[in-house]
Amino acid sequence: MFKLHYKLERRAIGLTLAIIGAASIGGIVEIAPLFTIAETVEAAPDMRVYTPLELAGRNIYMREGCYACHSQMIRTLKDDVDRYGHYSLAVESKYDHPMLWGSKRTGPDIARLGGKYSDEWHVRHLINPRDVVPVSIMPAYGWLMERTLRMDDLSSQLAAQRAVGVPYTGEMIANAAADAYGQANPDSNAAAAVAERYGEATNVRTFDGDAQRLTEMDALVAYLQILGNLIDVNQKTAAAETE
Amino acid sequence: MLSQLTKGERQGALTILLAMSLLGVAIAAGGRGDPIATHGFLIVILSLGMAVPVMRHLFDPEPSSARLRSYYDDPSKAGIVLTMAWAAFALFIGDWVAWLLVNPNLTFDGAWASFGRLRPVHTTGVIFGFGGNGLIATSFYVMQRTSRARLADQFSPWFVLIGYNLFCVLAVTGYMLGITQSKEYAEPEWYADLWLLVVWVVYFILYLRTLSRRQEPHIYVANWYYMAFIVVVAMLHIVNNLAVPVSLVGAKSHSLFSGVQDALTEWWYGHNAVAFFLTSGFLGMMYYYLPVRAGRPIFSYRMSIISFWGITFMYMWVGSHHLHYTALPQWVQTLGMTFSLVLLVPSWGSAANALLTLNGAWHRVRDDATLRFMMVAAVFYGLTTFEGSFMAIRPVNSLSHYTDWTVGHVHAGALGWVAMITFGAIYASVPWLWKRERMYSPALVELHFWLALAGTLTYVFAMWNSGVIQGLMWRTYTENGNLAYSFIDSLVAMRPYYIARAIGGLLFLLGALAGCLNIYLTIRHAPLASDAEGSQSKPLYGQPAGGSLQPAE
Repeated sequence: MFKLHYKLERRAIGLTLAIIGAASIGGIVEIAPLFTIAETVEAAPDMRVYTPLELAGRNIYMREGCYACHSQMIRTLKDDVDRYGHYSLAVESKYDHPMLWGSKRTGPDIARLGGKYSDEWHVRHLINPRDVVPVSIMPAYGWLMERTLRMDDLSSQLAAQRAVGVPYTGEMIANAAADAYGQANPDSNAAAAVAERYGEATNVRTFDGDAQRLTEMDALVAYLQILGNLIDVNQKTAAAETE
Repeated sequence: MLSQLTKGERQGALTILLAMSLLGVAIAAGGRGDPIATHGFLIVILSLGMAVPVMRHLFDPEPSSARLRSYYDDPSKAGIVLTMAWAAFALFIGDWVAWLLVNPNLTFDGAWASFGRLRPVHTTGVIFGFGGNGLIATSFYVMQRTSRARLADQFSPWFVLIGYNLFCVLAVTGYMLGITQSKEYAEPEWYADLWLLVVWVVYFILYLRTLSRRQEPHIYVANWYYMAFIVVVAMLHIVNNLAVPVSLVGAKSHSLFSGVQDALTEWWYGHNAVAFFLTSGFLGMMYYYLPVRAGRPIFSYRMSIISFWGITFMYMWVGSHHLHYTALPQWVQTLGMTFSLVLLVPSWGSAANALLTLNGAWHRVRDDATLRFMMVAAVFYGLTTFEGSFMAIRPVNSLSHYTDWTVGHVHAGALGWVAMITFGAIYASVPWLWKRERMYSPALVELHFWLALAGTLTYVFAMWNSGVIQGLMWRTYTENGNLAYSFIDSLVAMRPYYIARAIGGLLFLLGALAGCLNIYLTIRHAPLASDAEGSQSKPLYGQPAGGSLQPAE
């Protein structure tokens, strides 16, 4: 064996090819089957996609690096489930490009944050976390309230999502900006179209409490309020157990 | 330095710099209203800034052909200066974010200064800025000496070094502007990723070309590791960064994979960035500098073969241990855990090989802080790889995951192993490269060593404590079967440890600053080596010794 190596280490190309070979196997064996084994991701026909406003909020969540302190992956451990709710299913991040499971809980897990607090609580908390949680060490994000949400690229954002496999329809892509506006303006004409395209359960509200403008705060709160609510997870698990 | 380049090389450099600045103009113009425009301007400024000195020397006479008979060390010198600059910057940011967890108001109301944006500035600055520059600078140095061959050309090493630093600058400025993929340790967006790929291919070709000119029949073990670092990092980088940009003149992209597949790809990448960037590369460094500085041959050739192939093969399986108890299928978790445990064998093989090499030279370890840096690095390498295998065991991971224990583990590796071996290698290289008798102040090296060690231990102990306490508080139940502590309770309990951690980081930063000062003084004021033909500037193999050893400039 060492004699063989004695020869190998005299050839740069041979050594390179051997390194590529040795280093490829692990990834091929572990990653490739995840795309082919059907049970890897549960089927969930009722799973809905993010609305344009929620997707914009998700982009803000990524831009601010929230994943550095908040996980979105509840493990199958009793204390995780008792603290944060039903453990996360693979299907729940099926449309997450990329996934935001995170690796550190400097703050709590927020995989099931949606609906847990009011919009008003979220707005106050984001403007200054210490106003609602005195010992919090989260940064303040007051400027989200002042910045108007960028809308001109929403259609191309959705189109890029479709290119990587999220089932947005042509109609959804064409109306992305109008839908984003409608979701945060329940009294506008655009509001009804949002529920029609994305489902009756969609949150249509003035998330930041200010109907005049569509701000980054609207988008981020809309995203936080949908976390964990893309499918009905308890119904999903009950169905799996009766099968 | 510029007059050492041939006229053709200077013209080539100018052409590329002007093309880059045009590209920058195109990005700035096309990307109006998008954060990418700022990067366009940045590219213009940097390219033109470098084009000016090139133009000033464009018509200098051709360099003497005598230069071809000695090693080409200018890129290594520049690389070492850049390494220390990144160290000072990224350690400063690191300590800043550590204080942010003590007092969150230290952002001064700037969006760019919030924890979420600065944290990747720290990680990228340390891993890619400090670590990457250290690897590039030392790899150029080591491959020439161990091959007894001059770098294959004078242009591509500069392209690699400057291009790589452009990538790092785009990365860290991008995070502060809000440009990020939000993939841990792979945050730079698609265009920076593509640029890095170009740089990396040039680096790989340069390495192969230089190796093919070698005057030694065998490729030395340090080069195996540097090769594995270059080749496998390219594989990881390409697969993990597959994405569809929203627009060709926009910063944002959406990653190709989603959910569980993306999670495993990300940690296959993430853990092997640890393996092939932070382990393989730095083992290459260790396999050259430690035996040379100790004046002892490597303890066991066979052990280095087993360790090398063990690390190269097994590391690729272990990424899934970052995803225990998650929605990742259990068979993948189990495979990851199993290989993590077996991985301890080659890891400790390397650490033992390093420490056993020091047998017969322990008196030097006692007297020479530079060699002591390398020795402590090997010890921390052994400790961290043991801890890593331990934390990969599923039940242990149920406690440690998501807590500060992971942060402590990473810093035992990054501060104790990566930074210590790099500082050791730099303190060894600087007098050799600049032809000085020794470092300007051995006392400052000594001070740096003790600050670095004290800082690392303070940091790691603080995080072990906070991590274990956090993990235990999260899982403690009352007698009635309710959770005993709220999340906030655990956060409050962390405060003393967060303060201790920030102090540890500060000590480490102060040590690095002492290093910067010492290196500056060495370059400027240390006495010239009496023997300019010291072991490190041996003439190239087969060349007559006379006249080949003149300093390169």
